[in-house]
This record gives sequence, C-alpha cells and structure tokens, in this order.
Amino acid sequence: MAVKLRTPLSREDVLKLRAGDIVHLSGEIVTARDSAHRRILSLPREELPFNPEGAVIYHCGPVVRKKPDGWEIVSAGPTTSSRMNRYLDRILGLGVRGIIGKGGMNPEPFRGRAVYLAFTGGAGSLAAESVKRVKAVHWLDLGVPEALWVLEVRDFPLIVAIDAHGESLYK
Amino acid sequence: MSLLVEALVEAIRLAVTRIPDDTVEALKRAYEEENSRIARFNLENILRAIEIGRERSIPVCQDTGTMTFFIRAGIESPFLKELEGAIIEAVRKATLEVPLRPNAVDVLGGRNSGDNTGKGVPIIHWELDKGDEVEIAVFPKGGGSENCSALAMLTPGEGWEGVRRFVVERVRACGGKPCPPVIIGIGVGGGADYSLKLAKRALLRKIGERNPDKEIAKIEEELLEEINALGIGPMGMGGKTTALDVKIEVAHRHPASFPVGLVVQCWANRRAFLRLKPNGRVEVWQ
Repeated sequence: MAVKLRTPLSREDVLKLRAGDIVHLSGEIVTARDSAHRRILSLPREELPFNPEGAVIYHCGPVVRKKPDGWEIVSAGPTTSSRMNRYLDRILGLGVRGIIGKGGMNPEPFRGRAVYLAFTGGAGSLAAESVKRVKAVHWLDLGVPEALWVLEVRDFPLIVAIDAHGESLYK
Repeated sequence: MSLLVEALVEAIRLAVTRIPDDTVEALKRAYEEENSRIARFNLENILRAIEIGRERSIPVCQDTGTMTFFIRAGIESPFLKELEGAIIEAVRKATLEVPLRPNAVDVLGGRNSGDNTGKGVPIIHWELDKGDEVEIAVFPKGGGSENCSALAMLTPGEGWEGVRRFVVERVRACGGKPCPPVIIGIGVGGGADYSLKLAKRALLRKIGERNPDKEIAKIEEELLEEINALGIGPMGMGGKTTALDVKIEVAHRHPASFPVGLVVQCWANRRAFLRLKPNGRVEVWQ
C-alpha cells in the first residue's frame, strides 16, 4: 500500500516513513541541480523564489518544450544525487523535508528531520506522467537542466530509500 | 546534404526514444528473475518508461547525453567533406525537434550553448576504411554513467587478474550511481587514450554478443557473473541484476604497460546506426 503525501511536508509526515515504503507524492516540488544548489545557499532566505519550509527538492534537469502558453515537461527523471552531498546539511537546515533523486546520499543529515525519496533513474518518460504542470521557472540563466523548475505533481510514485531514522536501502 | 541531415535527426530520435530490443529483452529477463519488491518496483518503472518512450516518441531518459558519433568512412565516399557539418546541423535540429536536453556547457563559466554543440562537441570519432560507403554509429552518452568511467595503468605483472580487480572494485564503488542494470565496456591495451575509446566503442555491440576471441569471451562471461554477485541490483537498492552484459575489446600493448579503460553504460542503452551509400541512399537501424 502506498502512503499518500502532499507538500509541504511536516516533520511528523517524514518521521512516519520507513525505508522501503512506497509514497505517492502530490503538490509542489522544485528541481535543483549543482548550480541551483550553490545559488540557493548563496542567497538570503527572503530572496529565494520558493518557501523552503516543508519543501521537496527534486534532483532533476528535465527535457522541456516551449509552448505558446508556457512550458511542457517532456521527460523528467532524477539525476545522481551524491553530487549534491556537499550541500545537503545546509539545504535541510533551511527546512526542506524531502529530497527526490537517485543513487542515494549521505544518510546522516536526514536523521530526525527529512527523507530521501528515490525514483528510478533513466525512467524520465514515466516520471513526466506525474507532472501535471509547470507552475514557474526561475534562473533560466543557468541553462535548462540547471534552472529551478517549480512543478505540480500528482501521485508521483517514489520509494523511501533513506528514512529519518538512519535506515538506507543502498547496498 | 539536407537528406543526410534529416536521416541523422531520425537516427538521433530513434536512439533516444527507443531502447533497442536486445536490451529490452535482457531487462525483461532481469525482471522475471528478481523477487525483491524493491528491485521489481524499479524494473517495472524501467519497462514502463521504455513503452512510453516508444508510444509517444519522447526521450526515455531526460539526460539525452553528449552526442557522440563513431564514423567508419570509406575513403572513396563522395560525402566525406560534408559529414562533420551535417552532424553538427543534425544535432542542432534534433535538440529542437526531438527535443533533446541542451547538455553542452563551457568549462570555465558553465554557460550552456543551448543546442548541444560547442568546442569539440558533438564528439566525432573518425576511422578511415576502404570502399565508398560510410557507416555512422549514433551514441548519446548520459552523464551519470559516464562519471563512473575510469582508466587504470596496470603493470603487466598484474595482468588480467588486475583487470578483474579494477573493474569489480570500480563497479562496487559506483553502486547505484550509474543507473544499474548497467552494461560494462572494457578496453585493454593500445595506450591510455585508446583503451578508453575501445571501451566506449565496445558498448555498441548487442547484449549477448560475445567477443569473437573465445578466451576474451570467457572473461566477459566470468566478469558478468562476478559483477552480478555484488548484489548492487537495479538502482543500487539490491538485487540479482547489476549488469546486463560485459563487453571487452583489445589492442596490442606496449610491453611495459597494461592500460585498462572502463566505460559504464546505464540501462538506457541508446544507439542507432546509419549507412550512407555513394548514390546518397541512407539506411537507419538500431
């Protein structure tokens, strides 16, 4: 049975989850990769284009298509999260409660406050089916893959790969 | 010229939207063998993503990679002068039309060129041959698996035992990062640069297609077994299938050196081929 969750996530939401649980996530998520992480951490909190409290960050650089009335997400699987390990503790310190990615991260910073949710790497065409619309895009000067895409997702199927109790599925 | 560009765009589209049949079969076999719920969750997602890519003609993986081309050019082909320009134009067109993710950024400022071209990109490997036909392999190479590539300059005394240790250790260290189940390309001999090129080109072979040399074929099979015994599994969350295949290519080496190039390919095993006849006819296949 999948656990249904909606963003923003509370501390209670994440403490209930255990490694191996399937989660269907709905609501707003924000993509960020290497450059966006550096920019998030270089700015004062009030200048961030999203509210980090309870937020879920998706390690993803999508394939997009420009439409007359906005953007379409064509393919949007996760990128390798371990590249973002160096920013993890400070990112979670902003109040971020969930990271979506693939390949795993250092488990320690998640303890007591956040979870790592894995999606299948490479399955970008399937992930895009959960994206209902692009709510906004920021920092396109970083390039399409590195920009901050604010996405609305519905029932995004994810697996709790690192929980807030120190458990990890990675071998 | 424009026909050649169109055919190249089609080959790029084929490579990124359609995972080849031999790979799909291998993934289905892996799915049948796994009994862990989590390994099956990942393999099910992989197989569905492949179906969606085919049905909707969209890139299966959002990382459409660095566009890489291996050309075997017959020196009597009338098209040699046009090839490089046609490839660059095709990459620009494919970026808009398929679409592809713009993945070429400059090394100093990290600025994105926006169209997958730039200094040295797309990457084109040339090899001259006899005859009047040109064969081009289209190979979009994703970054996550590419980051697990490595070079070892072993001593000749370490030899093939050293190759085994190096490859298995590297695959273990990479865990789920390169999106397993992976395909492992290994190049032995030739020098530092050439061993890596051999390793990458080896990945163009079909799953199950062994090196024609029986002894090398045996090492491929043994390494495959050893890698799968690691238990890394689909996406690094445990399971029986870590690699779908191991491909080894060799060249003679300097007596003092034993270079080993290792290139990892994720399950999104993208490739397409194109043949250009002297009369301008083009065939595209996978």
